[in-house]
Amino acid sequence: MSINGKSYIVGIYEHPCRAALDKTLPQLHAEIAKGALADAGLSKDDVDAYFCAGDAPGLGPINMIEYMGLNNVRHMDSTETGGSSYIVHVNHAAQAIAAGHCNVALITLAGRPVADAKEGKPTRYYNQQAPDFPFETPYGPNVTNMYAMCAMRHMYEYGTTSEQLAWIKVAASHHAQYNEHARLRNVVTVEDVINSPMIADPLHRLDCCVITDGGGGIVMVSPEVAKSLKRTRVKVLGAGEAPKHLAAGQVDLTYSGACWSGPKAFAEAGVTPADIKYASIYDSFTITVLETLEDLGFCKKGEGGSFVSDGNLISGVGKLPFNTDGGGLCNNHPGNRGGMTKVLEAVRQVRGEAHPKVQVRNCDIALAHGTGGLLGSRMGSATVILGSEDA
Amino acid sequence: MSTDQESKINLVVNSESKPYWEGAAKGQLLIRTCNTCGKVHHYPRTICPHCFSDDTAFVEASGNGVIYSYSVTRQAKPPYVIAYVTLDEGVTMLTNIVDCEIDKIHIGQKVRVKFSEAGDGYALPVFTSA
Ligand SMILES: [Zn+2]
Repeated sequence: MSINGKSYIVGIYEHPCRAALDKTLPQLHAEIAKGALADAGLSKDDVDAYFCAGDAPGLGPINMIEYMGLNNVRHMDSTETGGSSYIVHVNHAAQAIAAGHCNVALITLAGRPVADAKEGKPTRYYNQQAPDFPFETPYGPNVTNMYAMCAMRHMYEYGTTSEQLAWIKVAASHHAQYNEHARLRNVVTVEDVINSPMIADPLHRLDCCVITDGGGGIVMVSPEVAKSLKRTRVKVLGAGEAPKHLAAGQVDLTYSGACWSGPKAFAEAGVTPADIKYASIYDSFTITVLETLEDLGFCKKGEGGSFVSDGNLISGVGKLPFNTDGGGLCNNHPGNRGGMTKVLEAVRQVRGEAHPKVQVRNCDIALAHGTGGLLGSRMGSATVILGSEDA
Repeated sequence: MSTDQESKINLVVNSESKPYWEGAAKGQLLIRTCNTCGKVHHYPRTICPHCFSDDTAFVEASGNGVIYSYSVTRQAKPPYVIAYVTLDEGVTMLTNIVDCEIDKIHIGQKVRVKFSEAGDGYALPVFTSA
């Protein structure tokens, strides 16, 4: 069953905080739920489906439904694919609404890694019983060096350069200057990125995303409910999700799961990359964006470096405006999970409610893509395509 | 160079990984092979991820390979090199490159396994220039 046109995003909320020392994790989830429902013009008692991922404490939906007092929930989903989870949730909520399992779905993400670090709490947790754990952790893998190895290999195979990767950060910074909540609002140059300290070759400090607290939420509804609301509705046109991993030792770091999730989403939406007016691309690191753009078909494999250069991702300048909120590279990466904010900015663009300096004209079709886990080993990739009522 | 991992190695020894660490302690790099489909895989599993047969066994690899990719973690003290090495047998494994001049390490470089002490009578396979 296709999800095309069977559900709408009618409410979104991005928590303005970037450090949450005075807030608990459940409190952040509830503030976000309240904000997203208010944006939609709905109340908590209208919610009959709740979606959350591994960031929600306890048994996820059970504890959060209790805490928030969501008394009418008849559909729950706690799919966890890391930072891409919330894009998977949009797909699953669309499927559940299309199947008649629910009419009003609430998705929330919250995190407080900055506050947790200040309080001396662990900010990341990994299960020692994960099958890969014994054979990988002794070698000191971390988020940066695992993404760095992808960049190193991409450079080796395709001649991609640090300057080309830097353009991705430059574009994000051009957008972030207009976002009053962005963690980093200063515009940077290619030279600034190249001259920032090397963290893990070939990735510099400015190739890396920010670490922030906060989160975001989405409210999705059936077409009938959408028509009863005043808010500009954003149609869900298609979605795809895919795992990608080390394939029993047949390792290839030059592509991501987007090469499978993307085509599924495009087929369901009945559109091609040329139809996309705006793209939110998960930007944990600059290399994540570059590989994803290739895998989604915005350019040929190996040509991502030239595609992103010379401002091609800057709104009003280039052919493919991306991450006009400043993305994870400059704005927000709440709880080390960037999939939610990708959907939020795509919704703003389709609504015509992005900052006027970065709003894409006639943005009738937008894409959001998430890469959860690690580009350098195993990941959950998710793509969603959104459109205006007429799309 | 040497990695700063040696002091922090805390191996997870379980029924699937124990023979691997014991082999390393004897100077053997073990990979898992399948007696049904004949393919090797890494990391090692009881049930073959290619054909789902449970007729799998450890075999000794040659210990030779080439660097598929690598990165230097500059902020660590001292910096260390993480890498994927493709073994001559065809599987690629995560590892460290040690005892090399960091700035001369490159993709395609031939490397050879060596074993670093991991405590409790176990050892960790790492690689150095061949
Ligand atoms: Zn087999």
